[in-house]
Amino acid sequence: MLDDSDRRLLRQYQHSPDLGPAELAERAGLAPATCARRLERLRAAGIIRGNRAVIDWRALGYEVEVSLRITLDKTQARAFDEFLGCAREIPEVMEIQTFLGRVDLRLSVIARDMAHYQQIYRSAILTLPHIADIEALMHVARIKSDQGLPV
Amino acid sequence: MIDLDTTDRLILRLLSEDATQSASAIGRRLGLSQPAAWRRIRKLHDAGVIKGQRLDLDPEKLGFGVTVFLGVKLATKGRVSLEDFERAVSAIPEVQTVEHILGLYDYRLRVVARDIPDFERVLRRRIMTLPGVGDVEANVLLSEERRPGPIG
Repeated sequence: MLDDSDRRLLRQYQHSPDLGPAELAERAGLAPATCARRLERLRAAGIIRGNRAVIDWRALGYEVEVSLRITLDKTQARAFDEFLGCAREIPEVMEIQTFLGRVDLRLSVIARDMAHYQQIYRSAILTLPHIADIEALMHVARIKSDQGLPV
Repeated sequence: MIDLDTTDRLILRLLSEDATQSASAIGRRLGLSQPAAWRRIRKLHDAGVIKGQRLDLDPEKLGFGVTVFLGVKLATKGRVSLEDFERAVSAIPEVQTVEHILGLYDYRLRVVARDIPDFERVLRRRIMTLPGVGDVEANVLLSEERRPGPIG
């Protein structure tokens, strides 16, 4: 189980993932060796899965982001697996989520511009298997995106 | 916008798996000298291609067993300021992301909770009381995967 020091450490680390070990220890109010040991334990327990670089796709020329909400034809027993297998092959698909609710799945797709998006949509998305219904939502802005957990 | 070569793409891929790797570690994996790797990483930062780092935590292991996506439609468009709504919703700790979208809904929220009763508490006390909130649609997340994206 996590104690208060672990939580404080995770809060600080979440807030500033680019801190070096010494500064992180100081902000979490821990001795550097203790801090390193706790981080190691959190990693070993799978609580910290990684510290990842965040890519700005706009800087690479991807201006358009679309959420596709998809309902599958669930009379086909293997609809989910087959759909997921094919969706993974599309490089512009950034996220694949499955849901319990009004829609079955959501794909987050990026494209360079609307023409490029149309091309991906027609040639790659619409050819995915077992789609019963598809609905597109266009991203306008990210207001909050830190995805921090309230630990 | 900058053009990346194959080596830049490989570096991006390595760093999006583990951003804490040193330039010499990256260099060793790709057969580059430490200074050459460092210069390329530096270039990716300077061009804004790498915009930061993200700590990837396992929500379930931290006791957050439920993630719900909420589609929120504002009830009285034009009369409620979008800024007021955005400021209020961003201040809720359980709300991880807020996206402004075009289509069926106005906003898409990602909400974490300990369990379903906890989610109900967040929904009733925090979300439904936001200024201007109208229709809300909920989809409970069952699984999620992030793909590396078109970095080749």
